[in-house]
Amino acid sequence: MEFRYLPMTERDKSEMLKRIGVEHSDDLFSDIPENVRFKGDLDIQEPKNEYQLMRELTELASRNVNLKSHTSFLGAGVYDHYIPSIVDHVISRSEFYTAYTPYQPEISQGELQAIFEFQTMICELTGMDVANSSMYDGGTALAEAVNLSAGQTKKKKVLVSKAIHPESLAVIHSYVKGPGVEVVEIEHQDGKTDLEQLERELDENTASVVVQYPNFFGQIEPLDEIRSLVDTQKKAMMITSSNPLALGYITPPGEFGADIVVGDAQVFGIPAQYGGPHCGYFATTKKLMRKVPGRLVGQTVDEEGRRGFVLTLQAREQHIRRDKATSNICSNQALNALASSVAMSSLGKQGLKKVAWMNIQKASYMKEQLKLNGFDIAYNGAFFNEIVVDLKRNVSEVNRELLTRGIIGGYDLGQVDEQLEGFMLVAVTEIRSKKEIDTFVKEMGDLHE
Amino acid sequence: MSNKDFPLIFELSQESRTGFSLPEFDVPEVDVDEMIGDSYVRKSEPDLPEVSELQIMRHYTALSKRNHGVDSGFYPLGSCTMKYNPKMNEDVARLTGFSHIHPYQPSESVQGALHLMYDLQESLAAITGMNTVTLQPAAGAHGEWTGLMMIRAFHEANGDYNRTKVIVPDSAHGTNPASATVAGFEAVTVKSDERGLVDLEDLKRVVDEQTAALMLTNPNTLGLFEEDIEEMAAIVHEAGGKLYYDGANLNAILGYARPGDMGFDVVHLNLHKTFTGPHGGGGPGSGPVGVTAEFAAYLPKPILTKQDGVYVFDYNRPQSIGRVKPYYGNFGINVRAYTYIRTMGPEGLKKVSEYAVINANYMMRRLQEEFDLPFDRHCKHEFILSGRRQKKLGVRTLDMAKRLLDFGYHPPTIYFPINVEEALMVEPTETESKETLDDFIDRMIQIANEAKDDPQMVQDAPHTTIVSRMDETQAARKPVLRYQKEE
Repeated sequence: MEFRYLPMTERDKSEMLKRIGVEHSDDLFSDIPENVRFKGDLDIQEPKNEYQLMRELTELASRNVNLKSHTSFLGAGVYDHYIPSIVDHVISRSEFYTAYTPYQPEISQGELQAIFEFQTMICELTGMDVANSSMYDGGTALAEAVNLSAGQTKKKKVLVSKAIHPESLAVIHSYVKGPGVEVVEIEHQDGKTDLEQLERELDENTASVVVQYPNFFGQIEPLDEIRSLVDTQKKAMMITSSNPLALGYITPPGEFGADIVVGDAQVFGIPAQYGGPHCGYFATTKKLMRKVPGRLVGQTVDEEGRRGFVLTLQAREQHIRRDKATSNICSNQALNALASSVAMSSLGKQGLKKVAWMNIQKASYMKEQLKLNGFDIAYNGAFFNEIVVDLKRNVSEVNRELLTRGIIGGYDLGQVDEQLEGFMLVAVTEIRSKKEIDTFVKEMGDLHE
Repeated sequence: MSNKDFPLIFELSQESRTGFSLPEFDVPEVDVDEMIGDSYVRKSEPDLPEVSELQIMRHYTALSKRNHGVDSGFYPLGSCTMKYNPKMNEDVARLTGFSHIHPYQPSESVQGALHLMYDLQESLAAITGMNTVTLQPAAGAHGEWTGLMMIRAFHEANGDYNRTKVIVPDSAHGTNPASATVAGFEAVTVKSDERGLVDLEDLKRVVDEQTAALMLTNPNTLGLFEEDIEEMAAIVHEAGGKLYYDGANLNAILGYARPGDMGFDVVHLNLHKTFTGPHGGGGPGSGPVGVTAEFAAYLPKPILTKQDGVYVFDYNRPQSIGRVKPYYGNFGINVRAYTYIRTMGPEGLKKVSEYAVINANYMMRRLQEEFDLPFDRHCKHEFILSGRRQKKLGVRTLDMAKRLLDFGYHPPTIYFPINVEEALMVEPTETESKETLDDFIDRMIQIANEAKDDPQMVQDAPHTTIVSRMDETQAARKPVLRYQKEE
C-alpha cells in the first residue's frame, strides 16, 4: 500500500538510520518495555485509496437528512442562516487553517490581526469593552463565566435561569463541581425568568445571576429589571448568554450593565455540522480584563514603529501560570472566529440590522399564521426568531411525520421539561420563505386534525 | 493608522457599501418595534465594517499572506504535531450530509453521521487499548478536565473523598496542572531525574492516600519514553490512585504501544495533532477521552450506542459526570480524523510513528554537535536541545528562533519544557521529506556558527519578515484589545 502523506523512501530510511547509528527502526523503540509493547496489527479497518474512500464517505453522508435537502424550523441554539460563499473561500486559505496558535508574531500577523478584528466586532455587538479570541462554544463559555464570577466575587452561589439553553445549564452543573459553586435554578414563568423567585434567592452570597437574552424560548428577558435586582447586592454580577445576531436589532446587554456577555457566533458563517465545531465568544468589562479565560490579542508596534499585533496578557494563561491559571483553556476556535468575522464583514452595519429585523419579521409571520390556524402560542412576550407552540400532542411523533413531508420540525421541549410535554420550539430565520412557512403551517394543521 | 501600517478591515469601511445578498423579504411587514418595546430596540448600530465582497476577499487574502502555516513551510513546533493536513479531509467534512445537519434532528435521520462517530470511537479505542471512548470534549485541555472529573467521580463513588491531589511531572504541559486545579484538585509536582524521566524515588515520596491520579504524557514532553511505566503504574495503583494519559504525544507510538496496555485508566487524544484535524490558527480541535471498563459509567452523557443495528444516544446514565459540552463534540473535526484513520489503516498508522521517530532521531544526531543535547538517548517523535552554549555567546534561544524566520521556517517550541534551560523543542513529524529536514538542519548549524562569528546577525533577527520584533511590554502594559475609530 502506498501512503501519499509519507515521503520517506527506503533509501532515505537506510541513510537516516545509518546516521543515527542503528540497524533497524525497531531499535529506536527498544525503550518501550517488552510487556507493554504492542504486537500485531491495530484492530481498525484496512486503508483505502482516495477515490474509493471518497465514494464510501459521500454515500455515508448522503444517508443523513440535512438542512439543504429539507426545510428546517429547528433552532434551539443552532441556527440555519445564509452563509455567503466568500466565508468558505477565506477559511480555506491554508495559511490560516494549517497554522498553529500565533506564537511567532512576525510570521503570524494575518491570524493575529484577524483575531483583533473579531474581538472588535464582538465588542461592538455586545456593547462590552473587551472580548477574547473565542471559546469552544456558547455553553462552555457560559460555564467559564460562572466560575469566573465566583472566583472574582469570592462568593459561592450562582442563580441560573432555567430559561437558558438546557445543555448550557447541564454544562454549568459539570463545570462548577471543581471550584465547588452552588447552582440555584430559577424557574421560568410565561417563558421568562421568574423575577420573584430571583429576588427571593438573591442574597449576599450570590456571585452572579445568569440569564439568556433572548432566552431559550426566544423571549427577550427584561435585562433592566434583572440588573436592578442584581444591583441590590453590591458585588453580584449579571451574566448573559446572547445570540449575537439578535443583538443586531435588540439593545445589547452591555447597555444594561452586563458584567459578562457570552454566546455562540455559529449564527455568523458557521454551518450546523451536527453541533460542532461552533464558536463561543466571551466579552466583559475593562475591570475583568485580566481575568478573561483564553487568548487575547493586543495591538502594539514593532521596532520600526509599525502597527502590529501579539498575544497578550498571557500571565492569565495555563502555559505561564500552570496551576494558578484562571482557566485551563488552551486551544480556541480561531478558524471559526475567522468565518464569523468574514460573515459579519459581509453583513456590515446595515446588513446585520436588516437580517436581525427579517428574523423577527418572519418569526412574527409564523406566529400569526399558527394562531390563525388554531394553534396556541405558549408565550406572548417580545421575541426574536423563535416561538413556542402548544401542540397538545407528542412533538417527536409530529416531527417524524413532518420529516416524511420534507420538513425538519421544531425542538421537542418535552425532552427537557415534563411540564413542556407537547410544546414545540419553532425557529424561523431569514432564509425561510413565506411559502415555506405557509406549507409548514398547513402540514402542521393537517397533522393536527 | 500611519501610511506604513497594514489596514484593518474597519479602515476600509465606507458608509452604505455592502458585501451581502439578503434573502427575499416576502412576508407582510409588521411593527416589530412596538412588539419589542422601545427600550429593547437597539439605538446605536454596532460599527461593523461596510465593505464590498472583493474588498473582503482582498483583505483576508492579504492577511493570509501575512501568516505561516504548514502548507507555507516546515513547522517543527514541538509538542504540537504540525503535520500535513490532508485536503481530502477538508472535502469530506464539507459534504452537505455532514456539514449541514442539525444536532437535534431525530436520530433516525442522521444514521450516517452516527455510524461515523461510532466507528471512530471504536477505532480510537483500538488504537489506545481502552474500553470505551467519548467524542464530547472539544479539545485536549477539555479532555484532561473531563478525564479528571471522571476520576473524581470514581473515587467519590467509592466513598473516597480524601483524594485531593493530582501528581504532575515538572516537564508537563501547563494544561495538566491547570486542568487539575479547575477540576478541584491540588496539583503536586514530581521531579524528573537526570535521564529526563520521572524520578521514581520522588514519585514514591509524593504518592500517598491522598493521590487521586498521576497525569503523564508518554513519551513525555522531552520526547523520551517513560520506560519505568510499569513500575510507575504499580506505585500509583497500589496507593489507590489512577493513571491519566495525556495523548499529546501519541504520534510517537501508534501501533508500537497503547496507553491501555501501559496501565493507564483514562486517556485523552488530540485529534487535531495525531489525527490531522487542522490547527486552524488556534482551533477548533477535538479531545476524545477513552477509559477502562471500570470508568465507563462515569463518561459524559449521552453516550452513543448501537441497538439492533441502529445508532441511538443513551441519556440514562445515572453515574455520569454530566455534560461537558453542548451537543456531541466537534463533529466536523471528528470527520476529518476519521477520514485520516481510514486512509492510513493499521499499517499506515504504524509507519506514521516509525517515520516520525526516525526523523526526530536523525535531526537530533545531526544537530547534537552544534547544540547542547541535555538527554543523550534515543528520542521518540521530538527532542530537546538547549541553547546554553549560545547563551554564553550572548545569543539567546529566542534570537535563534527569530533567525529561523529568515529562512522561511517556523521555529521549534522554545523555553518549554520549563525544566530545561534555553530549551528548543523540535518535532519534525512524519510528513516532512529528508530534503526539508536536511535544509533545516543546515540552517540551524549556520545559526550556531553565526552565534560564534556574527552574534548580532542573530540578535537582530528577523531581517526578512514583514514586521520586526514586536513590543510585547507595551502590549501588556497598555492593553489595546480592540479597534476604536479615530474621532
